[in-house]
Amino acid sequence: MAEPQPRIGVVTYPGSNDDHDALWALAALDAEAVPVWHEEPELPKLDAVVLPGGFSYGDYLRCGAIARFSPATAAVCAFAEAGGLVLGICNGFQVLCEAGLLPGALLQNASLRFVCRDVPLRVERADTPFTSRCETGATLVIPVKHGDGRYVPPPDLDSAQVVLRYLENPNGSTDDIAAVCNERGNVLGLMPHPEHAVDPLLGSADGALMLASLVDAARESLLVRTARVVRAHQHAQQPV
Amino acid sequence: MRATVLVRPKPGILDPQGAAVENALEHLGFAVGGARVGKVVDLELDTADEAAARAEVEKMCEQLLANPLIESYEIELHG
Repeated sequence: MAEPQPRIGVVTYPGSNDDHDALWALAALDAEAVPVWHEEPELPKLDAVVLPGGFSYGDYLRCGAIARFSPATAAVCAFAEAGGLVLGICNGFQVLCEAGLLPGALLQNASLRFVCRDVPLRVERADTPFTSRCETGATLVIPVKHGDGRYVPPPDLDSAQVVLRYLENPNGSTDDIAAVCNERGNVLGLMPHPEHAVDPLLGSADGALMLASLVDAARESLLVRTARVVRAHQHAQQPV
Repeated sequence: MRATVLVRPKPGILDPQGAAVENALEHLGFAVGGARVGKVVDLELDTADEAAARAEVEKMCEQLLANPLIESYEIELHG
């Protein structure tokens, strides 16, 4: 029997520009990639959500500060609070921090320059839904492209929430932090772009390891959800 | 009533923009012991009640205008 295809939504805000790459990459990794418009107050039935890169609302005021108030972000917050898997890439990471789903904030690069290049990253944790296909301590090469990627953690950040660190810090992030997850581990944000590194032709396929991990975890949650529905159905059919 | 909100990077938060401004001023021959760059938001408010206006703008700052992790804010009210 073919493996069930998990449904993974990608939210498009005004100014998102990596949404189509994310949709393409997820479909290539055998997920059903579902576009979600920012004005939708409810998410369709999904097994995971990706907030893509770009410049939502022109990055006005602070990156991600306005996108935080869009109807789809409220739906994503409710989805995450119910345990749903959420991945924020670049601007998506900024939105998750502004929305309070992830700790910390992202500020202008220390160099004041926009950086656009492949960066090596160390996997600090391979036991998350976003890195399960990686090995702890392994190096991934994934591109960054941002002007505001300097991560500033809250003073009480638990180092167990750091999932990736830069081996060459491109933006001045505190403690070389490139990716953080929430305490529960179902929400992750990172500045590098795994969706731009899914084929050796693009320079690296290391990003596919992360996205395929997400597809695996989404498939797992789909199976759990389906089993629950089947059980409820069987239960309903039992004679009283 | 009008309000002016001053948003500043908190002490201890690296402000590379401020450092660049300081550097440029020094190149122009000015003696500057430090520069930090923030933002100004001018607001037109419907109320004429100062306490009500301040309470309202505080809420705006907490919810949107400043990020309390990295920024501090100061509110000025003008009649």
